[in-house]
Amino acid sequence: MNNANRRVIDIVNASLAKRHAKERRFRRMGMVAVGLGLLFVLVLFADIFLKGAPAFQQTYIRLQINYDAAVIDPDGSSQPDTLAFADYQALARQSLLEIFPDVKERRAKRDLYKLISPGAGQELRKRVLENPNLIGTKEAVWVLADDDVDMLMKGKIDRNAVESKRRLDNKSLAWIDQLEQRGDIEKRFNSAFFTSGDSRQPEQAGIAGALMGSFFTLLLTLLFSFPIAVGSAIYLEEFAPKNKWTDLIEININNLAAVPSIIFGLLGLAVFINFFGVPRSTPLVGALVLTLMTLPTIIIASRSALKSVPPSIREAALGVGASPLQTRLHHVLPLALPGMLTGTIIGMAQALGETAPLLMIGMIAFIVDVPQGISDPATVLPVQIFLWADSPERAFVERTSAAIMVLIGFLIAMNTTAVLLRKRFERRW
Amino acid sequence: MAVSRAQGGQARLHSLPVYYGLYATLWMGLPALAALGAWVFFQDFLITRLVVSSLPPEMRDVPADQLGLIINDIRNLATGNIVSGDLSSSAHAAAEHFSRLQSAASVSIWVLVISIAFAGLALARARIKPGLRARNSVEKATMVIMISFSLVAILTTLGVILSVFYESLLFFRKVPVSEFLFGTEWSPQIALRSDQVGASGSFGSIPLFSGTLLVSAIAMFVAVPIGLMSAIYLSEYAGKRVRSIAKPVLEILAGIPTVVYGFFAALTMAPFIRDMGERIGLEVASESALAAGLVMGVMIVPFVSSLSDDVINAVPQNLREGSYALGATRSETIKKVVFRAALPGIVGGVLLAVSRAIGETMIVVMAAGLSANLTANPLESVTTVTVQIVTLLTGDQEFDSEKTLAAFALGLALFVVTLILNVIALHTVRKYREQYE
Repeated sequence: MNNANRRVIDIVNASLAKRHAKERRFRRMGMVAVGLGLLFVLVLFADIFLKGAPAFQQTYIRLQINYDAAVIDPDGSSQPDTLAFADYQALARQSLLEIFPDVKERRAKRDLYKLISPGAGQELRKRVLENPNLIGTKEAVWVLADDDVDMLMKGKIDRNAVESKRRLDNKSLAWIDQLEQRGDIEKRFNSAFFTSGDSRQPEQAGIAGALMGSFFTLLLTLLFSFPIAVGSAIYLEEFAPKNKWTDLIEININNLAAVPSIIFGLLGLAVFINFFGVPRSTPLVGALVLTLMTLPTIIIASRSALKSVPPSIREAALGVGASPLQTRLHHVLPLALPGMLTGTIIGMAQALGETAPLLMIGMIAFIVDVPQGISDPATVLPVQIFLWADSPERAFVERTSAAIMVLIGFLIAMNTTAVLLRKRFERRW
Repeated sequence: MAVSRAQGGQARLHSLPVYYGLYATLWMGLPALAALGAWVFFQDFLITRLVVSSLPPEMRDVPADQLGLIINDIRNLATGNIVSGDLSSSAHAAAEHFSRLQSAASVSIWVLVISIAFAGLALARARIKPGLRARNSVEKATMVIMISFSLVAILTTLGVILSVFYESLLFFRKVPVSEFLFGTEWSPQIALRSDQVGASGSFGSIPLFSGTLLVSAIAMFVAVPIGLMSAIYLSEYAGKRVRSIAKPVLEILAGIPTVVYGFFAALTMAPFIRDMGERIGLEVASESALAAGLVMGVMIVPFVSSLSDDVINAVPQNLREGSYALGATRSETIKKVVFRAALPGIVGGVLLAVSRAIGETMIVVMAAGLSANLTANPLESVTTVTVQIVTLLTGDQEFDSEKTLAAFALGLALFVVTLILNVIALHTVRKYREQYE
């Protein structure tokens, strides 16, 4: 007996080292897994940030503009139409030539003109239309530089590369160096990025249009989805009889939450656009699709918020003579509201980041104007990111990353609000 | 309300005064809104019919699709858009007629809606008496509204099924089902001339499904071990501090929009993998399945880990304690007791993750290729079902060409596959939860 016991202990002791080693290995595997996850978060954010940070600065060139009346307003009528359609880019070109008077050859001139963006002319036109008295005067104006110049100034173009493989040739480099020596070229805060719409020229492209589009779309989504979700959550959780039908609705809602988002895009295209004739590309149709997509999320969250309100509240209200609906609306709903709002914010954050279904319903169109309402063609921030990510110009990469930073900033703000809301109103019954 | 008060003060009312107000509001609002909704629904149809009937007969007697074109032109003219080509004067006249009708319609509908509203108000006023059970009526109306709200979810599913199914039927009328399901050639280009090579386009979806499976499999290879192990570590080993930091940081991954992952996959991951491949002498396509799959896997990690975290926490503590009492180490307890007890839930979670990977769109649109390759080599470029749906449907095409219809057929296949996975997964998870509750 004693003998046998010792033998078991021996066996256990002998295997113990091995088992502990296994234990340590397993533990380390877990740590590695968590570490990999954290590492990836770090890499992703660092990558986006490093790529996107330069986009908040933009290169400008200072030009001495001569607002030549012969160019802007040849017949002296100063009609708004004449002023609006004059060739302002020519003014900018003229002043470039004044800086580099020895550029004579046509080819070289064309290269020189390429240093400034087509946005320069638009800037000048804006100034003249705001203040027609400028005509005939001279003024120093900082105008947008071309995206290649911008890339060079940010160190994204390798000066030492072979000339033919570079976006800028040696001549242009020399011009830019000259401008730099004179202090006529510098990087400034890129406010245009937040105030202008999309553009084919990277230096002029901004996210204002996409932001407004996202704003309208989200606003409508909220207006549609919140009442519907709260209404159906109250009905399903508080009033619905337990039978086959409500079971079906419940299974259905859980399944809808897991349907791929692109399917909702197909639904939007077939039903809203082709059947009901809702105009394509508008925040309205986008919001309809996103509403259907976020409804399950909000309904599920709202139901669990209602579930967490203890039955004693209901019984007390019913006991003092409130009708069943009064009980729910006056007593249960206010207590469940923070939970519902948290779910709604999370659903809205989901909607804000959603791209795929919106591609189906035409929000992918190239739109320069900033949308003014719910029926203007618009695009949204994630789709804008997708469009820019597809553009070949080098300068769009940093803009894409910057737009991603803005988008993630909004998402983090929304999710933090949700978490704070939950913490603030969390009640243990 | 004033009427009721005049008749004897609040004490004699059946309901609280506010319900009489709500009663009147509902009578005023609901019929008017219904009328407005019905009008918006039918307006287009009616006006188009009227305009068409006013067209000269030689323009009216054309095939339906050509008529559609003419109507489109007229509509564009009326809204001041640019129209293609020159239009006859009758089209201009029709456009004027169209816009006249539209403005007349918008005036008349407002008159109609407002008069319905006032009629409702008058009716409600006439019915308001102290004995009226206003609260009951208002509550009944509220219930009906709430019930109709909960039907929206059902309607959505019905809408998905009907629309996708209907368009797919149209597609299968042109392309046989057997070719779609078992064909190995996918090239949906429709030739401009009918005598061109490959004029019909081919719609064999096998390469798309194999591509989808390949990318999803790579994603699951990343997501399941990392997600599961981090869930185990965080729920069984990690201290409170580590847990309170690491968990929310990992959850961040779940909140990042997929388009951001797509951008990362296309611009950082894919070039990185290609360079690595070149260094060890492998030829890697610039849009390899590997890059898309890896990034997709990272996207799914928090999904797997939070689902398995839930099920692991649901395993009763006494199972663990029993195992410790028998002298098992922690890892043995986890592997042999907790994991086995939680297995159904974990499998359910993984199935949900697979369905998510199959339906994921943006990462593959941005980082996977467009050409349909039937290959199992992760270094080559493949295309997926979702990528094809997006490419077939973005841009302007006629709506009833095989190309666009094919997208709906793919959508149907995607919907059916993910639905089956979801139903099984949700059922398993639910059964598992009930077992320990």
